[in-house]
Amino acid sequence: MLVSYKWLQDYVDVSDISPEELAEKITRSGIEVEEVEKKGEKLKKIVVGHVLSCEEHPNSDHLKICQVDVGEEEPIQIICGAPNVAAGQKVIVALVGARIGGNIKIKRGKIRGEVSNGMICSLQELGFDGKVVPKEYADGIFVLPEDTQVGTDVFSLLNLDDAVLELSITANRADCMSMIGVAYETAAIFGKEVKLPAANVPVSEEKVSDYISVRSESDDCPIYTAKVIKNVKIGPSPLWLQNKLMAAGIRPHNNVVDITNYVLLEYGQPLHAFDYDRFGSKEVLVRKAYEGEKMVTLDGTERTLRQEDLVITNGKEPVALAGVMGGLDSEVRDDTTTVLLESAYFNGTSIRRTSRYHGLRSEASSRYERGIDPTRVRLAAERAAALIAELAGGEVLEGTVAHDELVVEPVTVKVELNKINNFLGTSLSLQEVEDIVKKLQFTYTLDNETFVIEIPSRRWDITIQEDMYEEIARLYGYDNIPTTLPEGQQTLGHLTPYQQKRRVVREVLEGAGLLQATTYSLTSKEKFGQFALQPAEPVELAMPMSEEHAILRDTVIPHLLDSIAYNRARKNADVGLFEIGKVYYGKGANVQPEEVEHLAGALTGLYVNHPWQGEKVTVDFYTVKGILETLFARLQLAQGIRYEKAEIDGMHPGQTAKVLLNDEVVGFLGKVHPTREKEYDVKNVFVFELDLGKLLNIESKSLTYTKIPKFPGITRDVAIVVDQGKSAGELKDIIVSAGGQLLKDVNVFDVYIGEKVEENKKSVAFTLRYSDTERTLTDDEVNQVHEKVVEALQNAGAELRM
Amino acid sequence: MKERLEELKLEALAKIESSQDLKQLNEVRVAYLGKKGPITEVLRGMGKLAPEERPVIGALANDVRAAIQEQIEAKQKVLEEQVIAEKLQKESIDITLPGRPVVQGNHHPLTKVIEEAENLFIGLGYTIAEGPEVETDYYNFEALNLPKDHPARDMQDSFYISEELLLRTHTSPMQARTMEKHEGKGPVKIIVPGKVYRRDDDDATHSHQFMQIEGLVVDEGIRMSDLKGTLALFAKKMFGEDRDIRYRPSFFPFTEPSVEIDISCKICNGDGCNVCKGTGWIEILGGGMVHPNVLRMSGFDPEKYTGFAFGIGVERIAMLRYGIDDIRHFYTNDVRFLKQFAPYES
Ligand SMILES: [Zn+2]
Repeated sequence: MLVSYKWLQDYVDVSDISPEELAEKITRSGIEVEEVEKKGEKLKKIVVGHVLSCEEHPNSDHLKICQVDVGEEEPIQIICGAPNVAAGQKVIVALVGARIGGNIKIKRGKIRGEVSNGMICSLQELGFDGKVVPKEYADGIFVLPEDTQVGTDVFSLLNLDDAVLELSITANRADCMSMIGVAYETAAIFGKEVKLPAANVPVSEEKVSDYISVRSESDDCPIYTAKVIKNVKIGPSPLWLQNKLMAAGIRPHNNVVDITNYVLLEYGQPLHAFDYDRFGSKEVLVRKAYEGEKMVTLDGTERTLRQEDLVITNGKEPVALAGVMGGLDSEVRDDTTTVLLESAYFNGTSIRRTSRYHGLRSEASSRYERGIDPTRVRLAAERAAALIAELAGGEVLEGTVAHDELVVEPVTVKVELNKINNFLGTSLSLQEVEDIVKKLQFTYTLDNETFVIEIPSRRWDITIQEDMYEEIARLYGYDNIPTTLPEGQQTLGHLTPYQQKRRVVREVLEGAGLLQATTYSLTSKEKFGQFALQPAEPVELAMPMSEEHAILRDTVIPHLLDSIAYNRARKNADVGLFEIGKVYYGKGANVQPEEVEHLAGALTGLYVNHPWQGEKVTVDFYTVKGILETLFARLQLAQGIRYEKAEIDGMHPGQTAKVLLNDEVVGFLGKVHPTREKEYDVKNVFVFELDLGKLLNIESKSLTYTKIPKFPGITRDVAIVVDQGKSAGELKDIIVSAGGQLLKDVNVFDVYIGEKVEENKKSVAFTLRYSDTERTLTDDEVNQVHEKVVEALQNAGAELRM
Repeated sequence: MKERLEELKLEALAKIESSQDLKQLNEVRVAYLGKKGPITEVLRGMGKLAPEERPVIGALANDVRAAIQEQIEAKQKVLEEQVIAEKLQKESIDITLPGRPVVQGNHHPLTKVIEEAENLFIGLGYTIAEGPEVETDYYNFEALNLPKDHPARDMQDSFYISEELLLRTHTSPMQARTMEKHEGKGPVKIIVPGKVYRRDDDDATHSHQFMQIEGLVVDEGIRMSDLKGTLALFAKKMFGEDRDIRYRPSFFPFTEPSVEIDISCKICNGDGCNVCKGTGWIEILGGGMVHPNVLRMSGFDPEKYTGFAFGIGVERIAMLRYGIDDIRHFYTNDVRFLKQFAPYES
């Protein structure tokens, strides 16, 4: 809502308050003022000129040479390119030395050889938005009324000395979508009086009921009133009216239409003027449209209506889309002489649906949507009729025809002083509260310390005591409310075990050098299902904004690969990322999907890079496995973890393993398949993805100290040659089961494939550590056990390597 | 013989003194103190002496031997130190060369902000609640006093999945979910960090996905001043003790009264600049007293209980705090961006 400071003066005296102070106070008490615009501040030396003559420029086919009287001794010569410039016009002239919109300075100059001592201006050149400039002047200079005094300053003439406050009106404060509403708000803040406009309609002999009848068939139109004004002369509005509309962001059209908009801005009550002679009948019927019924709206578009659209009809066909836009056929035109003036109350929800469906938003619809004050329906109509009589020479027929079935229940709200103070944490006195209620101009009764407040219909947002608390708090000043902390029952703040362990997961991965990433939950249909261990039911958006974000992800890796690619394109070659985020498994239509938190990572490039000492370690399968092993150890899960070679879509078949926890698959790790890497424009990326819930929801045991062994152990190495397909894990299992109690630790210390062993064979060497916590072992004891181990390996096909 | 011994002593001491290294010194030791050395030889010839002279010469010989021994040890210490010094000299390195890197990752900046908030509120007795991102229309809107066709639904244009399901547009649905769990009994004290989604085209200041932290306190006797105090604590924790805070009335359907909080602009210190659009103030969060309809719908008696709620945009906080100019940085994961948030900050 754009509020002209000068216009506001009509309803409340703000002459002692600067526009800036007004803006600040309004903001602090509830309605954010986003901007205070002062057009005139950026302009100077702009006056009214009279075009005495206008001739063709000899060196141009579109420029004119004008002699312009600007109130000085001699007329000045100005070259003008506007198509509508003509002799006899009163125009806006920027003199030499003037500054116009866009901070442009006007200098003496020559245009194609002819002297030009100024500039004839369009409104846009003074900083007006092209959308509010009257259509006839939209592509040329603005022509002032004939009786305008030559040489005078245009500032007050065009209200350039005004300040316009841009109010950002929240859904609850629709009462401030009118000048009178803003005036009440201003009055409440500053403790001032509100002056309401008068509507003195001259009495006519003829009765409106002889001209028109009204009827509503729909509950969505509880009030419909009509007035008729005869002998109207359509023409431009006076400049003061045009100025006010333009300041409010509305384009002037003609006097009748401008008056309906003026009163809409003044009262917040939308009005519509029909050409009575083109209305098509003597009956207004408001009803729901028939499915598929057609009408052409004012903007020239043919609309196909739906059953839920509310329409104004002439008893036969629609003449207006109720509360949204009028019809083209019955529009007020230059030759209109009799005006049918509509002022009505439509249901906001119905208007909102129609407005959204047809993609049509208007000043009227935006007000109906948020609600209007039903008591202003008739007031506004009277005011507009009076103005039409005054400014368009019309004769207002006696009376108003109306359909009125709205029952307005009076709203009273009861508030008690101690409850107010308990709620706000204040210690307001009865007097302070009473002063605030008075400033709001609400009537009330006071019994002891209880106020019973009658809420006026203009503040339909206030219905319960909490609404009144807000009124009191905001006018008292939020900044004046004390700052305290809750005092009640103490509570223990804490993280859940899951949340604590999730922090540990981050700690471990970051300690291992990975950066935490965040990617989008929405992905493309193409990426959905990639790297999934099992197929999931998709969760798709009904109306996606793009193909990239059309469906909820079921795995995290695809977006991490995108992040790797993004870095690769920017020459960040060594990247290690992890993400903790949800994936989503559909559970059927209208059922909330299962949301599972995953931990995923992607690494590429060098893991260790210490060049001058020649240390470079490239990320490989074992880098990732090592990180996960560290993580599992930290989470007390190492005992239950197993790896199984796996073939997973999009993964390298020889370098991928499933991770099992207590025999349940919880995720996987490995190298991305080269074909998939190509799709993502990445190379040599190792990834992992784990179901975090399955890892973290296992209860962790508390730690108990284990005695440090007092007796040194004995180590034995064993080197064997086996088939290449035999995994170290299998061999280790054999060793462990043969080694019994005394065997405490087994570690691979060498793996060899090459010339020194047969083809398809490999050599694997283990170090075995034997010990007993209670005594020192003898060589004989150890030898006995170790022989069993060797035997078991040989039985499994291993050859002892000497 | 006496003279001979004195002579030997002087001779040995001179050789000790002139020894250049441990090897030479050892040769001296062997030469003078060894079993075949000259002192032993002198002693062997003692038989020729008169019996009363023998102890005198014997004592003298021992003195000489001890003196040489002492001198050798002293010299040995000097030479050993010299050897160590030379060795250390040779081992000297260029200490300006870079050390072996210990690569560490770090939190995403959004996590950094969230964890900081979590820690603050845990200290104030809150717990951390988490909830579904795919929400029902009921919890996302209706339970928050936003019935169907409420004009304020436009503020949060949303991604629907079906008629009844959508991606939550705020973390506020957890207000109702948490209150329902408490079955009408306070106190409730939670914060809810999480992802939310709105139909916005991604650009420098908009993102279809972003993060919020919701806060909710419901108990007997909760006052609006408690909301102010809590949010002031948060604002100062996030932006520093020296920031001024202002409270503006605002509107959210699920709170009444509602408030928006601005902090004084750090860049211009309140004088007005581009970042604060000339106002000197920057909006950081919104909140209010829980609307009685919301309390009632979630099973709390508004005559007995009051509460406050607030919502914080995590990206906004991080952008203001670190001077980040493009919200998309949070989601592209450029390592040169992410690594900037490694250092500890107070
Ligand atoms: Zn600033």
